[in-house]
Amino acid sequence: MPRMTLSHFEASLLFALFTSIVMGVVTKRDDRERLRYGLYVFGCFVVALFGLGWLMHFGHG
Amino acid sequence: MAAKQKQPKEPMPPLRVWAGPVALGWLVPGGGHFLLKRNGRGALLLASITLMYLCGLMMRGAMFQPQSGDLLTIIINTGGFLGDLASGILYLLTVCLNYNQADVPGLVHDYGTKFLVTAGLLNILAIVDAFELAAGRKN
Repeated sequence: MPRMTLSHFEASLLFALFTSIVMGVVTKRDDRERLRYGLYVFGCFVVALFGLGWLMHFGHG
Repeated sequence: MAAKQKQPKEPMPPLRVWAGPVALGWLVPGGGHFLLKRNGRGALLLASITLMYLCGLMMRGAMFQPQSGDLLTIIINTGGFLGDLASGILYLLTVCLNYNQADVPGLVHDYGTKFLVTAGLLNILAIVDAFELAAGRKN
């Protein structure tokens, strides 16, 4: 099994990508809504990622 | 003040209607959707969940095993084990082929462990969706 080494940021983005695809597919009722919801969830993940990153940056001083 | 009216509970559909999609959905991610002829959505679920699981394995994530001890240990390990188990054939193959890793410290391994559990949890979402489709509660 090949080894995969990712940074925090890359791993979080990959996590956000897969999770938002599945959440988009299973939640809404038509394809347009699914696409929009998937993009919205991915956007929320990215915003939370940067927000928490800066919070930790300032928290550490 | 008007009391909130409770929605009547939907009756449970017969077992034969949803058992196949739910069982196949557990065994193969997206399998329930394929059985219900939702091939596009099934393919997206299969690709996303399988890729997430494979990334977790390649990051050398650890598999949870149920453990006894204090309440938090029991909840974390049993919950993690159920999350791993929810990946169906991916989990079974990993265990049979001995690809499961020991838990080691490190951020990549930690992400890998979370990827493995989350793949199972996402498969549970896919199974619930397959159930709703089979039961006619969703188009």
